[in-house]
Amino acid sequence: MPTEILMPALSPTMEKGNLAKWLKKEGDAVKSGDVIAEIETDKATMEVEAIDEGTLGKILVPEGTQDVAVNTPIAVILADGEDASAIGTASPQAAESAPPVAAAPLEPSPVASAAPAAPAIVTSAVANPPQPEAVPEPDVPEGTEMVNQTMREALRDAMAEEMRRDGDVFVMGEEVAEYQGAYKITQGLLQEFGPKRVIDTPITEHGFAGVGVGAAMAGLKPIVEFMTFNFAMQAIDQIINSAAKTHYMSGGQIGCSIVFRGPNGAAARVAAQHSQDYTAWYSHIPGLKVIAPYTAADAKGLLKAAIRDPNPIIFLENEILYGHSSPVPKLDDFVVPIGKAKVARAGKDVTLVAWSIGMNYALKAAEELSKLGIEAEVIDLRTIRPMDVDTILASVKKTGRCVTVEEGWHQSGVGAEIVAQLMEKAFDYLDAPVLRVTGKDVPMPYAANLEKLALPTVQDVIDAARAVTYR
Amino acid sequence: MVTAAKKSAASTTVGKAPAAPRTSGRRVEKASAVLEFSKADEIEAYRRMLEIRRFEEKAGQLYGMGLIGGFCHLYIGQEAVVVGMQAALKQGDQVITGYRDHGHMLACGMDPKGVMAELTGRRGGYSKGKGGSMHMFSIEKGFFGGHGIVGAQVSLGTGLAFANHYRDNGNVTLAYFGDGAANQGQVYESFNMAELWKLPVVYVIENNHYAMGTAVNRASAQTDFSKRGTSFNIPGEQVDGMDVRAVQAAGERAVEFARSGKGPYILEMLTYRYRGHSMSDPAKYRSKEEVQKMRTEHDPIEQVRARLLDKKWATEDELKAIDAEIRDVMNAAADFASHDPEPDPSELYTDILR
Repeated sequence: MPTEILMPALSPTMEKGNLAKWLKKEGDAVKSGDVIAEIETDKATMEVEAIDEGTLGKILVPEGTQDVAVNTPIAVILADGEDASAIGTASPQAAESAPPVAAAPLEPSPVASAAPAAPAIVTSAVANPPQPEAVPEPDVPEGTEMVNQTMREALRDAMAEEMRRDGDVFVMGEEVAEYQGAYKITQGLLQEFGPKRVIDTPITEHGFAGVGVGAAMAGLKPIVEFMTFNFAMQAIDQIINSAAKTHYMSGGQIGCSIVFRGPNGAAARVAAQHSQDYTAWYSHIPGLKVIAPYTAADAKGLLKAAIRDPNPIIFLENEILYGHSSPVPKLDDFVVPIGKAKVARAGKDVTLVAWSIGMNYALKAAEELSKLGIEAEVIDLRTIRPMDVDTILASVKKTGRCVTVEEGWHQSGVGAEIVAQLMEKAFDYLDAPVLRVTGKDVPMPYAANLEKLALPTVQDVIDAARAVTYR
Repeated sequence: MVTAAKKSAASTTVGKAPAAPRTSGRRVEKASAVLEFSKADEIEAYRRMLEIRRFEEKAGQLYGMGLIGGFCHLYIGQEAVVVGMQAALKQGDQVITGYRDHGHMLACGMDPKGVMAELTGRRGGYSKGKGGSMHMFSIEKGFFGGHGIVGAQVSLGTGLAFANHYRDNGNVTLAYFGDGAANQGQVYESFNMAELWKLPVVYVIENNHYAMGTAVNRASAQTDFSKRGTSFNIPGEQVDGMDVRAVQAAGERAVEFARSGKGPYILEMLTYRYRGHSMSDPAKYRSKEEVQKMRTEHDPIEQVRARLLDKKWATEDELKAIDAEIRDVMNAAADFASHDPEPDPSELYTDILR
């Protein structure tokens, strides 16, 4: 029976890619290991190898096709003795076997021993991410053109703009230069700014975080990229004991203008050591500012603000959001103020507070709740420290009810802090206990079903909102 | 020389006596060479070292009186290291060290009043009383701390050198750390990057033979710290850290090496602290005789004093006069530090962010 070749996934979070090129023609003989096609994503180009022997019977997706979904049949291989007339009875080649058809050799892991390979390619794992209603920043003039950008592009543009503006700004980290960024956030920066300002480091988080802090103490403005914040645990002493505390311990003499940035929290199917949310950890520390944007515009405007800020900043990105597109104001210098939350959706019945990927659950839940007649107000916190408690209070005083949403754990989580703030400052306005929707209290499991169970869901948010509104 | 004394002094506590200064790694010059000091050099060195000693003695007194709290790590015995190294620096160079930092600050030219007032936690201290003994800074004097986490200053100092390199300003960073810190992982991460990027940094390992109460040979598989950069191709040498002339000679070589763009350099200073690790040291890990022998036979200040008298470059009276002058300065510092008010309560919430 003819065998279908399916569009391969090249990383845990890839959903689609472009079929760049066919290297075999219909009728060509193929054997196991032959490269038959090239596919590309916004991150990389990869080769697709044949697994079975036979003849390339039919090409189902012509080269140049964009956005081919993972697992779409792209060609049919005929076994010996079969001819094209057999096509149509094709059985998909084990699509569930991972990695599927392709087994295209992934690029060598950039973190050979320390870390099981950063996923090479990242695109949206969340279909149709809900967008907040367009509530422009106060300082965005009316009529400003909006350009759709991925968060990845927005972050890169923010760094490039600030590096053009200030020669003291440089970026360092693992694979930021020649590899163009493990997650392609620094794409093109080496070409524009050269190796002096775009610096590949050895895989030594503790050491290069300290080097970055030392350079910042000398007045430079480093952007230190952690391939993911999971690896920053190696460096957390320098972040907290040196970066966050020295200004205080020096009586204000020694500043530390530095941005630590990289993806934080769960990606997809990378298990416990690579799926941790550190938002609450860093938000605990006086002397740090902690930012976690959801939209591309906020990512750009807040990263620019972070780079200019004279303090140490923890800038928490999210791998799943990197490929999401959303409108970014086309302005020469779009900066979003640190420490200001945003009402992403107005409502009167319940306040949902979220940030980063938590917004994804909150906005989707708000849509569903609306169908039930519950109008949720969604606050995108954007900055976790200093926290814009006033914006939360103003909303809760109106709605009387609140649900927080985060992928991190509940104990001593950011939601716990919000609950405490509301107890202290809005007790008399509350009509129901504040509820938290969080990740489950377990290390992140690998198995797909368990991973799904460990993360919060839109339904969790809906259920919590209904509980606090008694509907 | 330090090492001979140790060998005979304490066979039980110091298992393996450190080797005499000798060559190792990519050597540039013999380490045993000492600089010829002029009369002015000797007097300057005497004065600088004595300032540190008298300051530390005074700090010890104030600690005993309850005016200084918390941790207080005295530098007595190691004075030749910072005084000799500082003489190799020029304006714009930077110094960073760990928590045994009072000597480094004075050597950098920081005001004893400000340092002592920080020790007593007063508003006139270098950190407004918010840093204490282990956390003081003076950008003006090129002193970048004062760090309480063992080994952290090595990465930070490498970062200071990174900034010099980035700015191409010709400045060099001295990153001091002890034989204890030399076993921290980030030290080697820093060595690797410093050599990889040819950063202008001199790593000064002050081997005073004890990391708190643990003798070097009980904690270190390789007790020759000048070799610790070997696998990174960083040259290193052992130096008699009790002889200020040897320190300065090695310092000038190392600083010139780093300044000329050749990358990092390691100097292992064989030195000795007379006092405990901190004020609460039980002194059970080494013999009194060992300490006494170092004091009487290898004291860095006594060595200079003996040469000054021997060469008739100074009389007993002249040296006494210098001492009296320094004692006055330190008494004034102690007086200031005892009477300066504590920080205003409003300072609790200042300097957290810029």
